Amino acid sequence: MCLFSFLVLIIFNFAFGSSLNFDQGMIAGILWVAFVFSGLTGLGRSFSMERDRGTLQGLILCPVSPWTIFLAKLIGVFLFTTVMEIITIFIFSVLYNTTVFPFLVPLGLIVFLGTLGFTAIGTIFSAISATAKARDVLLSILFFPISVPVIISSVKATGIILNGKSLQMVFPWLKILVAFDLIFLLVSYLTFEYIMEE
Amino acid sequence: MNSEHHIEARGLNKKFGYKTALRNIDLFLKEGDSLALFGPNGAGKSTLIQVLCSLLQPTSGSVRIAGYEARHDREALHQIIGLIAHQTFLYPHLTAYENLKFYGSMYGVARLDVRITEVLNLVGLSDCRNDTVQNFSRGMQQRLSIGRAILHDPMILFLDEPFTGLDQQGREDFIKLILQFRDQGKTVIMASHDLQQGIELCDRAAILKAGKIVYLQDVAHISKNDFRRIYTQQIGVNVLPL
Repeated sequence: MCLFSFLVLIIFNFAFGSSLNFDQGMIAGILWVAFVFSGLTGLGRSFSMERDRGTLQGLILCPVSPWTIFLAKLIGVFLFTTVMEIITIFIFSVLYNTTVFPFLVPLGLIVFLGTLGFTAIGTIFSAISATAKARDVLLSILFFPISVPVIISSVKATGIILNGKSLQMVFPWLKILVAFDLIFLLVSYLTFEYIMEE
Repeated sequence: MNSEHHIEARGLNKKFGYKTALRNIDLFLKEGDSLALFGPNGAGKSTLIQVLCSLLQPTSGSVRIAGYEARHDREALHQIIGLIAHQTFLYPHLTAYENLKFYGSMYGVARLDVRITEVLNLVGLSDCRNDTVQNFSRGMQQRLSIGRAILHDPMILFLDEPFTGLDQQGREDFIKLILQFRDQGKTVIMASHDLQQGIELCDRAAILKAGKIVYLQDVAHISKNDFRRIYTQQIGVNVLPL
């Protein structure tokens, strides 16, 4: 995951140079491209490895609710993705000659909400696509259209924060992020049992 | 428990797309019963076991085990059943101890470390406690899979081809374990191709053919050769004398 995000940052760095104009919001876009695409590689493996090893049935057989299995998977993917994002932000600040430390708290909040949103829906789609032969393709096809509101909100909010604007300016985007996080978690709660059944 | 039957399956049908795996299965077992399921490949033995364990939902029909509805009380049901399936459900990069520790924690097993030591002794893997499962032979993995299935001391044991990969010693140890299980009044359902082993270990036998139970009888008083003849008649394929 980290290697992939590093590669994305390097490619954009070579393409655009290291002194981008923050007003264009391009920096935020590059950052989230690295987050989402790298996160997707981790998401794809969360259920497919269980299926391949034949341990998923062992998990389902345990006396815990399917929601617990979902939450455990989500927390695992979320933590790995967050670690990747912290490393990516550090590399990003070096490569793009910028400091994120003044914006660390609001940026952290946006990254937390954005990551929660795309990992929640990604975990569900990872479970759905795990049995498919072309699981990686299927995961991408299912994941990207649905996660668009979360990604757009995250990019917009990150762009505003990196421009040095106040947290109040990003409240509308944060509200959208919180709303989609809740919707995705609720949908996961309601559907995961049925996804695990077959 | 609300019902006199420990396991009640009524009108079970299971379809995978256009393929019908189970056809109108009715099965009733009392506590302490042991049932051997026989049938050729594709007869529906594994599917029936998976439906009874609520790993698969039936297309129609219902399963009730120890008073729990398989569809609605899955967590409670899973607490009282153990399954040995084709797959071992083991994590290859974890050690034998870590695998049992993981599953034991999921089942909320009390005094887990003591129980793990007990189970590893039972399945003859105490010397390999700290070896990773990926270095185990198929037989050793099967032994550990047996340990995983009995770790939480289930009331009902489902066995799907449980002797796969076991060496002679492993088979004998496992047979002892099944008999011990039966002596404790626990229920055993075993799918097998081995007619002799099946009728020696179980007091009832069922023959499945194309998803239907075509024979279900008490076999305690049936000789092995008589049962072989019944099997041949039902399935239409000759089998070697027992």
